[in-house]
Amino acid sequence: MSVTRRNFLRLSSATAAGTAIGGMVGLGVNLVPARARAQELRIKDSHTVPSLCPFCSVGCATLIHTKGGEIINIEGDPRSPHNEGTLCPKGAAIYQLHKNPNRPTQVLHRRPGAKSWDVVDLNWAMDRVAQLTKESRDATFLERLPDGNQVNMTPAIFALGGATLDNEFNHVCQKLMRGLGIVTIENQARI
Amino acid sequence: MGSNMAECHPVAYRWPMKAKMNGAKLIHIDPRFTRTSATCDLHVPIRAGSDIAFLGGLINHVIHSERWNTDPFFRDYVVNYTNAATLIDPEFRDTEDLNGVFSGLIEYTGGVQEWQYNAFVGQYQSDSWQYDRPGPDTAAREEGRAAAATQKSGEQTAGTDPASQPGGPMQAVADRVGGSSVPSQGWDAYVRSLKKPPARRDPTLQDPRCVFQILRKHFSRYTPEMVEQTCGSPREKFLEVANSLLENSGPDRTSAFAYAVAWTQHTYGVQMIGCAALLQLLLGNFGRPGGGIMALRGHAAIQGSTDVPTLYHSIHGYMAAPTALKPLHQTLRGYIESEVTPTGYWANMPKFMVSYLKSMYGDAATPENDYGYHWHPKILGDHSHMAFFAAAAEGKMEGGFIVGQNPATSLNAQVEREGLRRLKWLVVKDNWLTESATYWYTAPEIRNGDVDVEDIETEVFFFPSTQIGEYDGSFTNTQRMLQWHYKAAEPPGDCRTDTWFYHQLAKRLKAMYADSTLPRDEGFQRLTWEFEPEEPISPPGEPSAHKILREINGYQTADPSQHLPGFGALRDDGSTTCASWIYCGCFPAPDRNLTAAKEPDPPGEPGAHLNWGWAWPANRRVLYNRASANLQGDPWSERKRWVWWDQASSRWMGYDVPDFGATKRPNAPADPNGIGLDALSGTDAFIMKGDGKGWLYVPSGLVDGPLPTHYEPAESPVVNPIYPQQQNSPVFKRWLPNHAGNALAPPGDPRFPHVITTYRLTEHYLAGAMSRWLPWLAELMPELFIEMGTALAEEKGIRNLDRVRISSPRGVIRAKALVTNRIGTMQIGGKTIHHVGMPWHWGWMGIATGDVVNTLTALVGDPNVSIHEGKAFVCNVEKD
Repeated sequence: MSVTRRNFLRLSSATAAGTAIGGMVGLGVNLVPARARAQELRIKDSHTVPSLCPFCSVGCATLIHTKGGEIINIEGDPRSPHNEGTLCPKGAAIYQLHKNPNRPTQVLHRRPGAKSWDVVDLNWAMDRVAQLTKESRDATFLERLPDGNQVNMTPAIFALGGATLDNEFNHVCQKLMRGLGIVTIENQARI
Repeated sequence: MGSNMAECHPVAYRWPMKAKMNGAKLIHIDPRFTRTSATCDLHVPIRAGSDIAFLGGLINHVIHSERWNTDPFFRDYVVNYTNAATLIDPEFRDTEDLNGVFSGLIEYTGGVQEWQYNAFVGQYQSDSWQYDRPGPDTAAREEGRAAAATQKSGEQTAGTDPASQPGGPMQAVADRVGGSSVPSQGWDAYVRSLKKPPARRDPTLQDPRCVFQILRKHFSRYTPEMVEQTCGSPREKFLEVANSLLENSGPDRTSAFAYAVAWTQHTYGVQMIGCAALLQLLLGNFGRPGGGIMALRGHAAIQGSTDVPTLYHSIHGYMAAPTALKPLHQTLRGYIESEVTPTGYWANMPKFMVSYLKSMYGDAATPENDYGYHWHPKILGDHSHMAFFAAAAEGKMEGGFIVGQNPATSLNAQVEREGLRRLKWLVVKDNWLTESATYWYTAPEIRNGDVDVEDIETEVFFFPSTQIGEYDGSFTNTQRMLQWHYKAAEPPGDCRTDTWFYHQLAKRLKAMYADSTLPRDEGFQRLTWEFEPEEPISPPGEPSAHKILREINGYQTADPSQHLPGFGALRDDGSTTCASWIYCGCFPAPDRNLTAAKEPDPPGEPGAHLNWGWAWPANRRVLYNRASANLQGDPWSERKRWVWWDQASSRWMGYDVPDFGATKRPNAPADPNGIGLDALSGTDAFIMKGDGKGWLYVPSGLVDGPLPTHYEPAESPVVNPIYPQQQNSPVFKRWLPNHAGNALAPPGDPRFPHVITTYRLTEHYLAGAMSRWLPWLAELMPELFIEMGTALAEEKGIRNLDRVRISSPRGVIRAKALVTNRIGTMQIGGKTIHHVGMPWHWGWMGIATGDVVNTLTALVGDPNVSIHEGKAFVCNVEKD
């Protein structure tokens, strides 16, 4: 039997149990095939990619389902010896990290003293950041301390963050910073 | 202890739950009754910040118990696998001798003029804490002590060294930097020349100067009565914990501790964890299945970002960052002398360091120029989070990059925002418009008119980032396990990976510095940067994650396609290039990325899932697992079989990768002339330690004492019940002592009578950037609240859902009241103390907003690692 929204409501309100499920089960409706079909439809013909949960440090493995290049579903990887397919409420919300109307997708710039952002070009912003980095480094660089101690560093620029990001990010970040002489490199492991 | 695992690591908590179903006893010792408490066999309330008193009580109980003194297992383990028998310097004085402090306490006089943010309130000279070693003469012994005192300290214990003062021998050293200090006889011979004689031992554990007798005396005050008085934990519950641990430790039982940031965020957090380690060593619970201390860390890659250190104090693989405060660090040879341990695995450090320098400077790193060591920057002291924000608040920082972190709601948030406002420029790269991106027009001080937007001269950038499903890379989880994740979809708009950002910045700066002729720019010009993909990766400009992982893993310098199979292949002559010796082996061939391994063990078979991910070091899952076998190399019991000596094949075998010389016999003697593992015997299970022993007593590496001691938090409503003469750690860190925004309440301040602790919820993530924008999570947990006990609520006339005003000496916030019986009242030192607790996830951006709880916290921290004290301070609570 097919259940439309209208007769679903009628059925529910008509049952003595007073609940939708109770009503349908009471009328002999078997929900198992419907659930199976819904599951199949959700990821039918999708492409599956192994991924990880980006929240806490347990390292739950996930599977990302995509269709036409768009993420349509993210769930726990049942093969993982850690999470065996399960996820916590945060892990279950990874989809909304990707698909979210609040997600910013433009580069923003605020001039000194300005009251609001300007939307700017990505490459222009990168060039400007490189220029500011160089100016500050050159203005604050210490080759030696007064006692002759060679230090080749600047204490005046910082790089903060990394504990939510990949090992590869952390390597590139700390290598560039140390390569420039920037030693104030920190992440959430400190706090 | 120190963790609410059920709510903060819920998926991992499935395993303690399964253990419970298999008969394990679970205990939760925590100021709050949480879901973890509810699912444990026993919940023991404890005053926030008093864990060392509780653990010290357990230690005192264990070593006087009948079981510990009669079961030969404990003596075998402790005498042979720990430093219990080692004798300590005759000059050492314990807290029991000196009213709560150790020998060597002096006024802090270290640091350099150029960086005054080390923040120590005092300093120890640790000479008298060292092992007692026989020496040919006193002078050599003194020299040995000095070398030991400078070993691998996370912070700078030097700096007071007269050699570093102007006009000192530093000048002579400085004159030859840039040249070669590589020893002509080779690094191994040089390391051998640094060997010290083994320390004196008393295996009967009777000598009053042996570690066991020292700790026995040290913890003698920590009686069940003192625990009750200090921690507020009922005596009978404390004893149930002690007896449960004893019953569940031994040849066929192990016990484990799980902790999180409620053990780290204290002015003595390292000592708290060390105290648990001490107890677990006494109970024989290290290197064995089901034993150990589990750090439940908070971020997906926080272990990775510690190993691959975006942290000021260390370079790859836990090598110390070269520092201006250690005179020896002026040359590579001096650095090795200062940091190497000639016995144990750290003897290989020259290989790790030279291979690291090759990864930095490539062909330009040669033996003739110390492999470019002089180009590598030196730190000037403490450049940690609180230190540099204190500097920023005083106008000492020019600019910076915030990538995936949210300091505008972080520790003593208003002082951190003051620092941000004084920058010339700031880059924020994140997935969301965080408080740190928008503080300049949305922060409370802007909205209430205290600060005018137009007065803020900072140039601010916001770059949108990718999410996990939009790029390739690896995370290292809390078990030290690397796992690879794959790109599933393209990022929208201008969203780019954070790796893209630094890669593109590097390319631009490389071009800008290419023509410089200044010596100061030479190091950056020589810095290798070879991460371009073979085939373009979209979006354009994305670097190759595999090439980055290859550099971390290491390769033969002459042929980068020859990846290194493991750190055993590292050389100290420049022929190997490897950024991170501990990650060496994770990517042993171009077509074998072991971090991407996804083959779990078959069900029902004992094993460690060695083909799921890859754990450092060498894919070992349980560290120091030689200790899972007895002295003869046999399992302590069938039930606890893990790694054992196989007579037939003459090698160590097991369910795990043995953490020991693969063919070193259990009865092998130490080679008196050897270095590295040769210098250790077949029973020296703790191979990273110079003496091969688990350290009950820590002679070097800590700046606040060789044994854990109970001190009160920087702010406490009571006088220290254990050492009334010594309220706080004598060497903790306090930044900006004269800044009104970082004031501290004196002990027992009646204006701030309650103990407050901060915590996390299942539905939110840290500073909230990754959860407060998500409708599903925001709906589950929409609002900030303060949890308080019914007694305090009655006293203050506060009912559930009332709006409450919470104040500390640093600031005032508001939240809704959650009145429960889950957090309560304690009698401490004859005073009634109320606890309150607040989750700290909120800020003003996002779709679930609330006041910033870190408005209340202070810039005070642990002297070893500069972690703040967020888990125990004082406040007042009033109905709004």
